[in-house]
Amino acid sequence: MKNVLMLILKRSGASLVTVFIISLIIFIGVEALPGDVAETVLGQGATAETVAAFRKELKLDLPPHIRYGSWLNDFVHGEFGNSLANGRPVAGLIGWRLGNTLFLALSTAMVAIPLAIILGMIAAFYRNTFFDKLISTTTLSFISFPEFFIAYILISLFSVKFNIFPSLAVVDPDMGLGSRIYAIILPSLTLTFVVTAHMMRQTRAAIINVLASAYIEMAEIKGIRRLRIIMLHAFPNSLSPVINVIAVNMAYLIVGVVIVEVVFVYPGLGQLLVDSVAKRDLPVVQASGLVFSVVYISLNLAADILSMLSNPRLRQSQI
Amino acid sequence: MLKLLRQSPLSARIGMGIVMLNILVAVFAPLIAPHGETSVVGDVWESSSAKFYIGTDHLGRDLFTRMIYGGRNTIALAFITTAISFLLGSFLGFVSAVKGAWTDQLLSRAVDIIMAFPTLIFALMILSVLGSSIPTLIFTIAILDSTRVYRLSRAVAMDIEVMEFVEAARLRGEGLWWLIRHEILPNALPPLVAEFGLRFCFVFLFIASLSFLGLGLQPPLADWGGMVRENSGAITFGIFIPLIPAGAIAFLTVGVNLIVDWFLHLSSGLHE
Amino acid sequence: MNNLLEIKNLYIEAFYEEQWQPIVHNISLDLKRGEVLGLIGESGAGKSTIGLAAMGYARQGCRIASGSIKLDGKELFGASQEDLRMVRGSKISYVAQSAAASFNPAHRVIKQYAEAPVHHGLMNHAKAEKEAIELYRRLFLPSPEKIGYRYPHELSGGQLQRAMVAMAMSCKPDIIVFDEPTTALDVTTQIEVLAAVKEITEKMNKAALYITHDLAVVAQVAHRIMVLRNGRLVEMNETRELIKNPKEKYTRELLNVRSLRENKTIHEKMDVILDIKDVAATYTGVDNVVEDINLTVRKGRTVAVVGESGSGKSTVAKVITGLLPAIHGSIKFLGKELPRKLKDRQKDDLRKMQMIYQMPDTALNPRQTVRQVIGRPLEFYFGIRGKKAEDRIRELLVDIELDPDHYIGRLTTELSGGEKQRICIARALAAEPELIICDEVTSALDQLVAEGILDLLQDLQNKTDMAYLFITHDLATVKAIADKIVIMLQGKIVEQGEKKEILTPPHHEYTDKLLASVPEMDPDWLDNLLEKRASTFI
Repeated sequence: MKNVLMLILKRSGASLVTVFIISLIIFIGVEALPGDVAETVLGQGATAETVAAFRKELKLDLPPHIRYGSWLNDFVHGEFGNSLANGRPVAGLIGWRLGNTLFLALSTAMVAIPLAIILGMIAAFYRNTFFDKLISTTTLSFISFPEFFIAYILISLFSVKFNIFPSLAVVDPDMGLGSRIYAIILPSLTLTFVVTAHMMRQTRAAIINVLASAYIEMAEIKGIRRLRIIMLHAFPNSLSPVINVIAVNMAYLIVGVVIVEVVFVYPGLGQLLVDSVAKRDLPVVQASGLVFSVVYISLNLAADILSMLSNPRLRQSQI
Repeated sequence: MLKLLRQSPLSARIGMGIVMLNILVAVFAPLIAPHGETSVVGDVWESSSAKFYIGTDHLGRDLFTRMIYGGRNTIALAFITTAISFLLGSFLGFVSAVKGAWTDQLLSRAVDIIMAFPTLIFALMILSVLGSSIPTLIFTIAILDSTRVYRLSRAVAMDIEVMEFVEAARLRGEGLWWLIRHEILPNALPPLVAEFGLRFCFVFLFIASLSFLGLGLQPPLADWGGMVRENSGAITFGIFIPLIPAGAIAFLTVGVNLIVDWFLHLSSGLHE
Repeated sequence: MNNLLEIKNLYIEAFYEEQWQPIVHNISLDLKRGEVLGLIGESGAGKSTIGLAAMGYARQGCRIASGSIKLDGKELFGASQEDLRMVRGSKISYVAQSAAASFNPAHRVIKQYAEAPVHHGLMNHAKAEKEAIELYRRLFLPSPEKIGYRYPHELSGGQLQRAMVAMAMSCKPDIIVFDEPTTALDVTTQIEVLAAVKEITEKMNKAALYITHDLAVVAQVAHRIMVLRNGRLVEMNETRELIKNPKEKYTRELLNVRSLRENKTIHEKMDVILDIKDVAATYTGVDNVVEDINLTVRKGRTVAVVGESGSGKSTVAKVITGLLPAIHGSIKFLGKELPRKLKDRQKDDLRKMQMIYQMPDTALNPRQTVRQVIGRPLEFYFGIRGKKAEDRIRELLVDIELDPDHYIGRLTTELSGGEKQRICIARALAAEPELIICDEVTSALDQLVAEGILDLLQDLQNKTDMAYLFITHDLATVKAIADKIVIMLQGKIVEQGEKKEILTPPHHEYTDKLLASVPEMDPDWLDNLLEKRASTFI
């Protein structure tokens, strides 16, 4: 077990370093603006005083490394500065919306993951049959469709034509779970289609790979029943690659959420990011970008750790 | 080569047909389009008629024309970006594989860090700072995407590099460039060609998504993602216009994916 | 006495190039209880396929087309999946060539032993484990009570192979099919596994099909031998009779493989081409992978470097060519001190030292034609192009006994293993070298094809006076072609000298062990060896 622990620590350390480097990049990226930040954002009509006040507000008059240090320090303490658009503290804006985004992503994942794994397994076992070919064709289509295409089709069908589900995902903090779920059905469905398609194909490929192993053939030659071969021989060795597949796609999900939030005007972190990018509201862009990145990196880290833990060879090594 | 084409399954042929159609439309756009790319010629959201084959958009421009030019702009942009990403990524990937040692370490670490970032978020942030001009778009996306090409071409090149015929060439005294050009590249082509197709799909969808978010090609230029965005209001009136450019995006991507699937099937079969 | 296994008119087909094509033609055989039948042949002979067919099993892409397979009176051809499943593992079991691939990395070794008997309802888990330990003991596995509780990747190749033999015994089947069980093992480990096989077949009176390409090995364990070629029967006979009086030419050729060649008459002492003193090298910087390497190679002579896996013999080649720079010692080539690193060496020095590899499939660029492969060294070293190059390439093709018209334009992937290896030789010859390093050049080839390559190399040496540094693990080859022998163990040279010296006792202890482990065509060889071993323990 010690072996694996060392690997996990190493990997976590690497992630931490990555987060630091990314925060640095985010910080420097904004600093690297050609021309003066203040003037660019405030526009040409800005007077000297407003520019000076703006610079003071963003602490632009301090040397870069001090600014980075204080920015990072503030960030860790949950102080993200104030939005340029409306002056409100960024932290407050982000907090609730992050929750919404995670809720959307989670509810999608809870449906998509089991669906993708089951379909992927069946497709792998019944490879090249009609069922497999049907599924493969369907998933090929879905991974080729942009999210907004699926979103608008669903809206056209279920909102406009049949008026069953809302086309705007209106959510507020006091909603109960039931009405919340009702509000996000279409966005969640959109995401489910795309993510499930990706995951199912990769799961299928991973399992086919395992099924081609020599020890599977050996089990058949020993006269073991098919079901047992699948459960005891294929399954333990498929865990690691399948977990990898899930993790990669979860990270992808975090990003797919952005488009869906925009289409359905869902008050999540993605929509906030897109809005603030359009408005050049830099503190919000910086903060939400960093939050997204940390979530993304954490998911990848969790995936790597789970993958290592489920790898039969790694798990067994005695010291 | 011809033999290969003759043996292709129906799905690959459909894919090739779709791709050819799109390429033709993109190349001959000015000759086919009945109206100007940005000229307002009718009422808002008119339905299809003899004058406007698929009707007009939210400003009264001919949708058919906009679709043709939109295809041209989006496809051209995606293709150029993919080409740059591909050349950059594969070149660096090969060099990493052949030179090894600290060149490899340095490049791989750098790529790891860039890849640790969610692409869309990174792109959004860069665009918020630098603005959405065409060169910015091309270079931002190309550099971000080249990381994936790097990983694949490096892996492919390393698989080839351990074969003895590469060592034999090394022992002869052949230089880096010769090794890459004559020993590695010809053997890396099948997986790389497939990867180019996949990267194109990704970049194409990505650019369309960025345009949909308002951060890609800027109006009045026609582009499919942007057209979905511009006309999205029509949905609530029961006018399903946004589905047309969105569908076109899906259509081309499906076509490319069909060809890529066939290619992957071929190159894995060759190994058995 | 009834036959335990009766196969009649068996036809097996494989699906390639869009259709089903026969790979096994009209094979019939029978096997009685307690009898061992050896199936011998080169690759493509169909021996594995027949072995698997004995349990009604065909690999992916293959099918049993027609014929009768009767196991203890029960017809397997056309039997239901369930019937076949019940018979497999319990009445007839299989020992695969690669133990490492056949064990599931996720489960302990002993659990995989117990799986078949428990699953077939023959006994409970506890009993199976007890029997497993007993078998491990009988098969001479170290720490038999503990070893089963490890995971497959924790056992060595030889140990895993014996564990697989034990696993095949778990249901006490009537027949065991051994499919090349020792091919992937070192020659000294092979002895242990062969002894295990003998224990099972003789002491426990099991019937067996023993599949191998090595006639000397099969002669030790089989009562009767069946010679196969391209899916057809060549000859079948009692072991001793087959060896004494082979009826077919093919059988004779197989028996004569690696017979001692006439020693070349040794003239004056020839010039020293390669002189290595005190060389050491490392991969990790911590431990040396080879140390104290001293050897010389003279013009026109063959120095064979012999050792088992891990001996460092291939590393020595890497150090000589400069791929792995030495950390100590000197390498003198043609009187000149060579820089340790490859990239520091002169082109002309590189030219005079050429290398030929073990796997012809990966030693040639699949995208190049024969013309390109042989032409490149001509262009690179001598600047020869165009018509002059074409002529020279043709000359070289004739030298390696291939018809120039037929081969010059072919892609390398279209050639057979033996043809590819010849092209590799031509590629080396094109540089007009003084020394050729042959790294296990015949190990991946069928025996008869390998013979051809060795003959060719010998002819070329006689014609051009090139020196060879021949790296191999196969003592039979060494005995046949070497002038000088260098024996390596764990990174050091344990003994070296002229062939005659090395092959006659007294020997270094390891040399002794190594020489004794090479199977000879005498069916009593193994028994004698085991007896001698047992007696030395008393």
